Amino acid sequence: MTHLTDQQTEALGRELDELRNRVIADLGERDVRYIRNVIKAQRGLEISGRALLEFGFLPPAWVGGVAALSLSKILDNMEIGHNVMHGQYDWTRDPGLDSKRFEWDTACPGDQWRHSHNYMHHTHTNVLGKDRDIGYGVLRMSEDQPWRKRDLGNPLHAALLAALFEWGVAVHDLEVERIEAGEITLSDKRDILQAIWRKGRRQVLKDYVAFPLLAGPGAPFTFAGNLSANLIRNVWSYMIIFCGHFPAGVEEFSEQEVEHESRGGWYLRQMLGSANLTGSRLFHILSGNLSHQIEHHLFPDIPAHRYAEIAVEVREICERYGLPYNTGPLSTQFGSVVRKIFRLALPPREGRSREPAATEPEPLALAA
Amino acid sequence: MYTMSAITHPLPNRRARSSKLLGSRFVDLLVGPHGIDRYLELVRPTMTVRDARAEVVAVRRQTPRSVTLTLRPNTAFKGFRAGQFVRVGLEIDGVRRTRTYSPASSQHATDELELTITVHPDGLVSRHLQAGAAPNAVVHLGDAAGDFVLPSERPDRLLLISGGSGITPVMSMLRTLRDEGYDNEIAFLHYARTAADWLYRAEVEAMPRVRATFVATREGGGHIDASALAEHEGAHAAVCGPPALLDAVRAGWDGPLLTETFTAPSVTVTGAAAQGTVRFLRTGREAPISEGTLLEQIEAAGLSPEFGCRMGICHTCTCRKIAGAVRDIRTGEVFDEEDEDIQLCVSVPAGDVALEI
Repeated sequence: MTHLTDQQTEALGRELDELRNRVIADLGERDVRYIRNVIKAQRGLEISGRALLEFGFLPPAWVGGVAALSLSKILDNMEIGHNVMHGQYDWTRDPGLDSKRFEWDTACPGDQWRHSHNYMHHTHTNVLGKDRDIGYGVLRMSEDQPWRKRDLGNPLHAALLAALFEWGVAVHDLEVERIEAGEITLSDKRDILQAIWRKGRRQVLKDYVAFPLLAGPGAPFTFAGNLSANLIRNVWSYMIIFCGHFPAGVEEFSEQEVEHESRGGWYLRQMLGSANLTGSRLFHILSGNLSHQIEHHLFPDIPAHRYAEIAVEVREICERYGLPYNTGPLSTQFGSVVRKIFRLALPPREGRSREPAATEPEPLALAA
Repeated sequence: MYTMSAITHPLPNRRARSSKLLGSRFVDLLVGPHGIDRYLELVRPTMTVRDARAEVVAVRRQTPRSVTLTLRPNTAFKGFRAGQFVRVGLEIDGVRRTRTYSPASSQHATDELELTITVHPDGLVSRHLQAGAAPNAVVHLGDAAGDFVLPSERPDRLLLISGGSGITPVMSMLRTLRDEGYDNEIAFLHYARTAADWLYRAEVEAMPRVRATFVATREGGGHIDASALAEHEGAHAAVCGPPALLDAVRAGWDGPLLTETFTAPSVTVTGAAAQGTVRFLRTGREAPISEGTLLEQIEAAGLSPEFGCRMGICHTCTCRKIAGAVRDIRTGEVFDEEDEDIQLCVSVPAGDVALEI
């Protein structure tokens, strides 16, 4: 996996544990104030967006309404929902910020997300065959996934997944690829399906029936506005999430490689398997701080607004251990993801170089 | 004969109607999935219709070791019966701390809840309140509970006894009986360490039907004994205070007796190799503390709790600890408060533990 010896990997783990403990000990008022302010902003945007879209027949109200509601849904799903459901605020003992009770404004039931994301993805990050986020069961996102004829549609499938991302996430726990392979049947997933139906139905009724009905004759405008807001949120969250693990230079791992993994080894895999995005403070908030994917994967239950501060130390640790720290602006990282989607649509050719190798800094001499 | 009036909040109609509308299924769909309270609380924290909350309207300090808060509960608070306790949550440095207090106000004073909190030298919440409680602060309320309540057909003769901070539920009984127009004589005995610690003395002594005796045990007043009880034979007695007071009353009294004690649950934090019992409250089972994390010990006891990563990152095995102490094996931090969530896969018992499993 790397040039590090076992002792060096363990030392790396201890340094990161120590960093984690330091931040945990410092959590308090400031973190609660931050997340409550974000929640306040989200609820304000939601109410104004909904109100403006009730007058969606007026073009400025429609545009403003779509903008406000899109922002509201982005904040709700990313900086609030994703992060609260990770347990980042469980220490506050506020039932409104409780990871097990939180439910977000998207089709995926919170319970299923907690399982497929918090456990499956964050434990088995980038382990081929175990991390179902690699391609979400529909895309070919790794050279090591065997090519099939239907992968020719990779770019088209990716575009569809982006547009319908909330539904892609909602059916993630159905494990369609295993149903397809005959490993399990749909009836094995009955409870999952019922929960998706219950949550999804309410989301659809709210956005596409109840709020349009309230607008009376303006219903079609409200309907179209809500549809647009959901679409914008879908595409945005898809872009941010795909930049987390698929840009060039991010490593994948085999099940054998992680068989007897130590805590330090787990940390190392998170660092090598994630990529960051650079941008403004507002950009980081709108990405749910998933722009700090490396820090998020090292410390998934530390409040995300702390990642920017932690990043300084993580970067320094990476340099010291001669490890890559994969980061770049959204355009570069997403461009690299799009190229991968197109490249992997085609079958591998003999002799053709695989993914361009990441430039690794020279490892410094380390006391073992 | 006195009958207790039903515990209802006589809501003005307009408020009742708006609460009903806000709780309707259509509104629930519109404000889903967060629920109406998550929006109302942004207007005013106590505007919630489902979460019981109260605003502090007055703070006074009757004695050097106590602080008295007057709260105005919102309509979500369902009231209490005199003598019962209520769980009260307040936020200190971003963390909600929950403690149990018996209100001292009358159960019929529905727009007011009075709490008198005795300050403990190492009490995080009580010291915080004594130093910083101020009007406009918001506290969270749980449902009232407890069996320390007078029969709803009020007895003809009453003997009420309290020790120290145990005066609060008894004070609630006195005020409730006063509001009900109870006109038999009530004997009231109160024991505190010093005269400076006597709470509510002026108010009790001004109650026409109450024959009150305030005793300072460390200033020559002495403790309760059989002779102090003898003259009240035939009455219904209720006593709230430290265990020693309850024992003394039980020893010298054989009439009807209600008791309540306020001792803080004692948590014993033992060393690295902890001794004790892990109790699983939901299943009613228990097991002696053994090797491994709590998750492993629970599984070894034949239960199958939810789990995921088994390394403290996914929070799937998060479980409510009702009482006892556990240690986080990653940080060494000990968690010993009542009713807090812990991650089973990275916790080991640090003494007796009771879990909601």
